Amino acid sequence: MSKIICSAAIRGAKNIIDMAEETYEEALVKFGPEKEVAFPNTAYFLPIIYSMLGAKIEKLGDMKDIFQECRSLLPAVVTEDLWLPYLAPALDAGMATFFAEEMYEAIRYLNEPDFYTKTEDPTDNNLFLGAADDVIFRKRGVEFVDGTAPGFAAIMGTPSDKEVASKIALELQEKNLYIFMHDQSEGKNMAELLVKNDVQVGWNTRLVPFGKSYTSAVFAIGFACRVALAFGGIKPGDYKGNLLYNKDRTFAFVMAFGPVSDEWYANAAGAINWGFPTISDYDIPEILPTGICTYEHVVSNVPHDEIVQKAIEVRGLKVSVTKIDIPMAFGPAFEGERIRKDDLFMECGGGRTTGVEVLISKEMDEVEDGKIIMEGPDIADIEEGQNLPIGILVEVAGREMQSDFEPILERQFHHLMNYIQGIMHIGQRNIMWIRIGKAAVEKGFSFKHLGVVLHGKLHQEFGAILDKVQVKIYTVQDKVDEVMELAKQVYAERDLRLGSMTDETEDVFYSCTLCQSFAPSHVCVITPERIGMCGAYNWLDGKASYQINPTGPNQPIEKGECTDEANGYYTGINEFVAQASRGAVTEVSCYSLMNNPMTACGCFEAIAAMLPQCNGIMVVNRDYRGMTPSGMKFTTLAGMAGGGMQTPGFMGVSKHYLTSRKLFMAEGGLKRVVWLPKMLKEEIGEKLRQRCEEIGMPELFDMIATEEQGTTEEEILQFLKEKGHPALEMDTAIG
Amino acid sequence: MTDIKGCQSCNSITGDSTLDLLNQDLAKQVRTAYDRLEDRGMSACLFGSGGTCCRICNMGPCQIIDGVDAMVGVCGATADTVAARNFARIVAAGTAAHTDHAREMVRGFIATAKGETPHEIKDVAKLHKMAAIFGIETEGRDKNEIALELGERALAEFGQQEGTLTMLKRAPEKQQKIWKEMGVEPRGIDREVVEMMHRTHMGVDQEYKNIMKQAARTSLADGWGSSMLSTELTDIMFGTPVPKRAIVDLGVLREDMVNVTVHGHEPLLAESLCLAADDDEIIALAKKVGAKGVNLAGVCCTGNEILMRRGIPVAGSFIQQEMVLATGAVEAMVVDVQCIMQSVAQVVKGKHTDVITTNYRAKIPDAVHIQFEEDAAYESAKKILKHAIANFKKRGDFYIPENKKLDVVVGFSHETINYMLGGRFRQSYRPLNDNIINGRIRGVGALVGCEHYKYSDDVHFKIAVELIKNNVLVLATGCAAQALGRRGLLRPEAATEYAGDGLREVCETVGMPPVLHVGSCVDNSRLLIALTEMVNEGGLGDDISQLPAVGSAPLWMSEKAVAIGQYFVTSGAHVIFQDLPVTGAKKFSQYILEGLKEDYGACWGVEKDPIKHARAMIAAIDEKREALGINKKQERVLMDMQMRRELEGKALPGMGCGQGGH
Repeated sequence: MSKIICSAAIRGAKNIIDMAEETYEEALVKFGPEKEVAFPNTAYFLPIIYSMLGAKIEKLGDMKDIFQECRSLLPAVVTEDLWLPYLAPALDAGMATFFAEEMYEAIRYLNEPDFYTKTEDPTDNNLFLGAADDVIFRKRGVEFVDGTAPGFAAIMGTPSDKEVASKIALELQEKNLYIFMHDQSEGKNMAELLVKNDVQVGWNTRLVPFGKSYTSAVFAIGFACRVALAFGGIKPGDYKGNLLYNKDRTFAFVMAFGPVSDEWYANAAGAINWGFPTISDYDIPEILPTGICTYEHVVSNVPHDEIVQKAIEVRGLKVSVTKIDIPMAFGPAFEGERIRKDDLFMECGGGRTTGVEVLISKEMDEVEDGKIIMEGPDIADIEEGQNLPIGILVEVAGREMQSDFEPILERQFHHLMNYIQGIMHIGQRNIMWIRIGKAAVEKGFSFKHLGVVLHGKLHQEFGAILDKVQVKIYTVQDKVDEVMELAKQVYAERDLRLGSMTDETEDVFYSCTLCQSFAPSHVCVITPERIGMCGAYNWLDGKASYQINPTGPNQPIEKGECTDEANGYYTGINEFVAQASRGAVTEVSCYSLMNNPMTACGCFEAIAAMLPQCNGIMVVNRDYRGMTPSGMKFTTLAGMAGGGMQTPGFMGVSKHYLTSRKLFMAEGGLKRVVWLPKMLKEEIGEKLRQRCEEIGMPELFDMIATEEQGTTEEEILQFLKEKGHPALEMDTAIG
Repeated sequence: MTDIKGCQSCNSITGDSTLDLLNQDLAKQVRTAYDRLEDRGMSACLFGSGGTCCRICNMGPCQIIDGVDAMVGVCGATADTVAARNFARIVAAGTAAHTDHAREMVRGFIATAKGETPHEIKDVAKLHKMAAIFGIETEGRDKNEIALELGERALAEFGQQEGTLTMLKRAPEKQQKIWKEMGVEPRGIDREVVEMMHRTHMGVDQEYKNIMKQAARTSLADGWGSSMLSTELTDIMFGTPVPKRAIVDLGVLREDMVNVTVHGHEPLLAESLCLAADDDEIIALAKKVGAKGVNLAGVCCTGNEILMRRGIPVAGSFIQQEMVLATGAVEAMVVDVQCIMQSVAQVVKGKHTDVITTNYRAKIPDAVHIQFEEDAAYESAKKILKHAIANFKKRGDFYIPENKKLDVVVGFSHETINYMLGGRFRQSYRPLNDNIINGRIRGVGALVGCEHYKYSDDVHFKIAVELIKNNVLVLATGCAAQALGRRGLLRPEAATEYAGDGLREVCETVGMPPVLHVGSCVDNSRLLIALTEMVNEGGLGDDISQLPAVGSAPLWMSEKAVAIGQYFVTSGAHVIFQDLPVTGAKKFSQYILEGLKEDYGACWGVEKDPIKHARAMIAAIDEKREALGINKKQERVLMDMQMRRELEGKALPGMGCGQGGH
């Protein structure tokens, strides 16, 4: 019963707080109270403490108050008889446990800077990654937001058998969950067992080895806290908001293997605060009544072959997975898996051979649904290391199909093929590249399976617009060349069509509220010339998505009357946004950074920020970790722009928007841009030069500074003056 | 059900400690209520019991018989009018008692804010919460300054003539709407009592529904007015109760200490005594007379107040007040107001015990009067204790039923309930609502009120056991709570011993007893807030009348119980008593027992037999469950991304997001 668990959790919490405080006292002697302390590259400080208490731990000495808080939260032990209510004290003890563990882990980063790899994937000599930095967090957090990942399993310990461990991991992956691994059972830890069994671990396969002690559980919980802060607009210190947000939106749970120590109980009690229940394979007491969690709080004695099913049921999660009939595992969890040199069986495209993929629509009678034609040698016909050319031609037909939708469907190929375990797909169109792993070949991979996947998934996801799908796969050069010819012609027509579409030519824009499950007041407005800030949704996507699901997250917006061309104010947009944001945002501009800028949930590719001294705008992309001239790193800026707030001077943008003709129209357009990270400038270089020429200032490209010229406003201003950047001559954009 | 026939035939006294004591020679010399009940030798007046004895003017008294033309009042008043007037006057008297108690507490609160008492503002969080309700600025202000303004605003509500009482807006919105539509929002506390008395004066309001309308308004002035002010301000001053262990029953008296029992209602005196009992001078004096110190023990609702906040033991409830003294072990019984039987001063005749009255309002022949001076509270308290200590040496034969005491866990304020269901970070009524919705808990039953000698004294216990056996969580106040404590139901272990599977599971999860002691009788206002919290938490309807919750005051004795019952009914909670003085008036009793439901969503019920009484409560709960559609097994809902997307911002109350402006 609950009493045993609560008693143990309170004992465990005391042990953990004692241990952490002892470590703290030692660190204080060693480093002094002024020593800076942090998890790597994050704007969220120690995220649990920050989100629950609103306290920023920046220096070692800041921990003193939090330890006091831990002590005040730590309840008396539960008495044998005539006990006082123990559930609430145990939950408090669990919370104190997390505070203590977070500080303990932060001090570990001081004592042993290389204890964790601080990378996305394990390194050769270290399996344990430690806390996710903000780059990883944002990249992965988006998947929580768009539904690609419904939540995570925080695993404590491991089943002792590597096959069982791998099977459970695979099952969780197939449910699209992230698997965060902590601590060990009887000297074994799950990540090591998986690696021994040749399972690829790391963020890319969603099998994340956070740490080998139970204290690393705070990395999982801290991740959840950050999701609420970054995407939900929950304020630091709004503990109730954060906890309920996670209870309702992040479908996470604790899965514990083997004997449960007092310390594990303390962590499990802590997790219950977030609505994350514990599912154990061990014979421990259960807590079945509901309330803090959506359903049961602790369920035990669950056999290994039922544990994943039981866990998602207890958490109240529905995962709909369509079975794709191929011998390999399939799902989003395998999308990021890599095929390394040693694992490679053969490859197609990618400069090694000719590779092309294209999708075209045809008349209904020209397509035979489900037909998969394979011409040329298949995997079974070749030796390891023998590469082949490849041409993939997908022909679809449907009463609702429009040629405008072709590129959207084609763009799915990349992730759909990547979903296959053991297959890696890179690029698109005629620069595509497929690497086939040995593991897939061992399981019986055939090129035909690519067709099975494309046929099945396109039907599943786009059934509303297409009725028939047939796939032709060629691995002989002449046939591939034929597909290439056809593809080039198709691409050219498409690009022409897209290029001619402007905000003026279309009367209807599309909303995107895909992220509203995580950012309830945020509404994206997608126009032909301004794609969604996540970079993933353009106007055509919105149109197709509406066609597929007329009540879904993408709704048409009659743009109405344009009341201000420069700012891009439209009567229809304001009405729509006011309603869809439930009154939180009543006016939004389409082309301004300073006046009622568009809100963001937090999954933007880049952030634009005004630099007052330079009289210009900087844009920084998510992957740039360095300092920017705004005095803030991306992660800090993200706090200003995210969460559905309108903050003039800060706005989430897509990379694509940077080369749009509508870029910052209200502020004077491209001429206002003064700084970009080098990596971003290079990435969009070709188009950016083209835009500079279009506005009659080809020299502008070289006037835009990067971190090479500086990361302070003073440095950039100096550079702009030297170059005679046009922004310096423009009217002030502020006020 | 046999009506009691006094001490000689003690078969209806089931309390172990009472029986044990009354069988001692020294107690046999004492004449208790059991004896008097027997000695009186007559049954209660039928007209009085039925509510149709009218003595409000000097043309009568008139005994009215409903339906007999000749037997209307001299003035023509019908049975319905007379019964309604009498009933309404009971409500007014009960409200007046709570109100005068509350007024003293508010005055003490103001004095405390000014630094004129030995007390201090303890619960600052609650002070801020109340300040917010009263629209009082808290930012950057000293707690005493805020408290002073709050106290003065609260005091003004007593004499307020226009507008409505501030606390009404704490009720569920729909409740407030009902009151507005019915025109029963109290304007000021005293005003409603006065108007009630006026309207029931000879020749004023003679339409029973209209009379009940003012009774409803008066009751709200009690529940959401004076009682609530008293509870909240007392909490701020003396601390909001949190779970505590304590002991109850006669065995809490100490052989080796100066036993001072505190009886009555207002905790100002008792709290001062608690402070003074720890005074070095007092301890030294006690030691000087050979005692180890002063053992304070509560009786009746003063007992509840200090039990809840300080874990001070309770020696006895209302029916035990004479027994406590009959032990011969009490040096002084200090009393203030309400529910003090005149007999206490007689019971101590021939003993060393003094009954000390302390309030100018309440004097008793043969008692010692030591006025409790509020502006010199500590000194008054010490004076009282010194008087008691001086008696210690005179203690003669005594008998303490030492093994007759029981452990209890108390302190379940609505804040405690909120906290214990989710801890500091997730506190809410959600788990309670959830487990009501999923059927583990069938509903909530409130057992409040008094005790008397007409029925067996295990009525509370029988009802409570039947309720918890059927998975009804019991919240108890007043002497009812003590009666349940003496029977062991306030121990957490009682969940395993008595509760049905579902309730047991929830109790074991939380670590709580199946019966929660919520406070004294004035603290029934806590129940109003608890019910409101349940409504606001969602899933159980949008006003109190839809909640699977029902109240009862078995063995009600005081007029206050009827005022409480009426404020529950007016607030939408169904209430069942064992009897009501309405049986002599057909239309009026029909209105009370059915008609009120149309107006307020709740009405009164009557059932004498304890088991049937409990079943009637359960039936009332089941009716609500049926109406809410939660009487069937709930299917587990699994959420996919689409469903999460459809979560409205409003589904996350109190969240930073979705609250508009961000």
